[in-house]
Amino acid sequence: MGKVSLTIDNIKVEAEEGMTVVEAAYSAGIVIPTLCHHEKLKPYTACRLCLVEIESRGRVNLDTACSYPVKENLVVRTNSAEITEIRRTLLELMLSHAPESRELQDYAKEYGANKDRFAKEASFCIHCALCVRYCNEVKGLNAVHFIKSGVRREIAFDPELASRECWRCRECFELCPTEALQAAYVLTEALASAAPSFTQEPD
Amino acid sequence: MLRIGSPEEIEKVRREILSRIDPGKTCISLCTGSACLAAGAGEVMAAFKEEIKKQGLDAVLDTKGTGCPGLCEKGPVVVIYPEEICYLQVKAEDVPEIISRTVIGKTVIDRLLYTDAHTGKKAIYEYEIPFYNKQLRLLIGDNSKIDPRSIEDYLALGGYAALAKVLQTMSPEQVIAEIKQSGLRGRSGSGFLAGRKWDFCRNAHVEADIKYIICNCHEGDPGAFADRRMMEGNPHNVLEGMIIGSYAIGAREAYVFVGDEFARTVENIRIAIGQAEEYGFLGENILGSGFDLTVKVSIDGGGYVLGESTALMASMEGRIGEPRTKYDHATDRGLWAKPTVLNNLQTWANVPLIIKQGADWFGNIGTENSKGTRVFSLSGKTNYSGLIEVPMGMTLREIVFDIGGGIPEGKSFKALQVGGPLGGFVPEGMLDLPVDYEALNEAGLAMGPGLIVADEQTCMVDMVKYYLTFLARESCGKCTPCRDGIRHMLKILHKITEGRGKNDDTALLELLARVQKKAALCALGQGAAGPLLSSLEHFRDEYAAHVEQKRCPAGVCKALSLVRTE
Repeated sequence: MGKVSLTIDNIKVEAEEGMTVVEAAYSAGIVIPTLCHHEKLKPYTACRLCLVEIESRGRVNLDTACSYPVKENLVVRTNSAEITEIRRTLLELMLSHAPESRELQDYAKEYGANKDRFAKEASFCIHCALCVRYCNEVKGLNAVHFIKSGVRREIAFDPELASRECWRCRECFELCPTEALQAAYVLTEALASAAPSFTQEPD
Repeated sequence: MLRIGSPEEIEKVRREILSRIDPGKTCISLCTGSACLAAGAGEVMAAFKEEIKKQGLDAVLDTKGTGCPGLCEKGPVVVIYPEEICYLQVKAEDVPEIISRTVIGKTVIDRLLYTDAHTGKKAIYEYEIPFYNKQLRLLIGDNSKIDPRSIEDYLALGGYAALAKVLQTMSPEQVIAEIKQSGLRGRSGSGFLAGRKWDFCRNAHVEADIKYIICNCHEGDPGAFADRRMMEGNPHNVLEGMIIGSYAIGAREAYVFVGDEFARTVENIRIAIGQAEEYGFLGENILGSGFDLTVKVSIDGGGYVLGESTALMASMEGRIGEPRTKYDHATDRGLWAKPTVLNNLQTWANVPLIIKQGADWFGNIGTENSKGTRVFSLSGKTNYSGLIEVPMGMTLREIVFDIGGGIPEGKSFKALQVGGPLGGFVPEGMLDLPVDYEALNEAGLAMGPGLIVADEQTCMVDMVKYYLTFLARESCGKCTPCRDGIRHMLKILHKITEGRGKNDDTALLELLARVQKKAALCALGQGAAGPLLSSLEHFRDEYAAHVEQKRCPAGVCKALSLVRTE
């Protein structure tokens, strides 16, 4: 693997080819806020918190640092008034789901987000998909997945798989930035609806 | 029918078809597009057939179910050839009279003619009708002469001659050069130069054993029906464009991506593919040239977001149809990670025309950077609505008032919706905007297939609420700004239209729209704020009336429109 050098917040950073901007920044001690990013999982680019300004071939664009591959002479700016407004608003939207989340609260403090800006939502889920992707990419099970689309999108456990596998695993719970309340709720729902033949031997 | 073995034979086949047609024989051509069928064209056709049989007129009178000529508002549309007499809103009970008075008696039936909404003047022929004669119908003009299920009809009008020319006289590179020179741009909105895209794919940076082309016929904008109606009305034209494109790029497999809900469009393209295979325009060794191509229909699973290219390809591959961030171009890594050209069907439809008439001829139509024509569906509050085709550069005012005939019932114009849920609104003061990629983009609009006219009785806040309700369901829900942004925009709009709006609500809407436009993952998410932003820009007073005075000026929002009695 070759080396590439890029500039992040005016600091020269040497990175391995194939790294993303987030990884290059971390290696240089520069922190870019992320929620749906996880080192064991493929970039997902959904929470949008890691949006940064990327200057490449004279053009400046906002792009997700968790997915953007490093390139020679890339110039990255991780903060600006525009980026702060975006991150603050995104956090406020997520806080309408999970006002108690530690991770969100910490970021909220940093970006001045008001957890009461938007009306409260019934679901705790912020759709980072860490549980869904972990179950798919690491466990290879797909016991938890998204159902429905648009504003109705939500996580759900497959009753049959959940009753066979999730009892002893639940590794996804620990990844949840909102303390897995939604996951616990929908898992219980799935287990309650699983046909008896999945969970116990017939008499 | 024998397989055509060489390009030269196409002309022979065409002459043979023409020799069987008596140009003087009367032919009743009836639009059997989806809109006219819904208005009863099926019964009208059955009535014609029955009456012809009853009167024993088979020898002197033909009927033909054709593609959409455009004036859907006044369907079912009948055109009687060779005189080209145009009858509108024809019913089954009119049929005996049409045959006895017009076909046999050679007189015109007044009540079935076009009557101008303003002057009351009648028109006998299609070319006398302003709705038609203000258009430039290069792509849809043949629709009323073609049964979309008959390859012979297409061949009779010179169909597949462009393919013959390409295979006889042009190298793939020459085809690409011609398309580049014509200035043809993608008709799906972003307007990328088609020839450049083809060039990138032909010279893809990755080793590939196979390349694909895709025809995007997934049209999801509410109120838009241009793409499906074009494909339905003249599928061979699109197919010919795809075959030429595949030859130029070096693709051996091509796909038509189309929604199952457009049943007739799907049927017609399937029939066309079958016929093209039979005649040797598809399959192995096309016209003896050694070039092979198969075209397949890929039915999408429904969902507006599938029009987005990464979601579209994911869906075709059998994965969940949601957009993803990627840094490869589809011309390098597209469908199944192979070099792919994805173009809208309107883009493909222009290709045979450019090959036949030449790039220079095509380049003379339109504006400096937007060439050719654009097919739109025009609907909403106009006197005449339907499928229209205009040269690039025509102003939106000409479309609404000259082609559409203005607003019915003496009401006044309020806004033109351009580009669907990802576009925006054009107020009266901006109607002189031309149909031009750059001009529309600069005005915050998109070159979508649908134009919808709103009159004074339309509430703009309510209309934005409608589009966001649509997007709330049709967004995939993957990224935060799109999913939760739309959720809260809608909540605020509901509050406003129910009389619970607060003074800072419009500022909050603006913030959400601004963030969504910059931060959303895909083109759908970024564009979804369009109608909201443009309504806030041009119709802010309507928001103010709802929020401050608790009044809906158009009288649409029920909670704000109750009459108080003391």
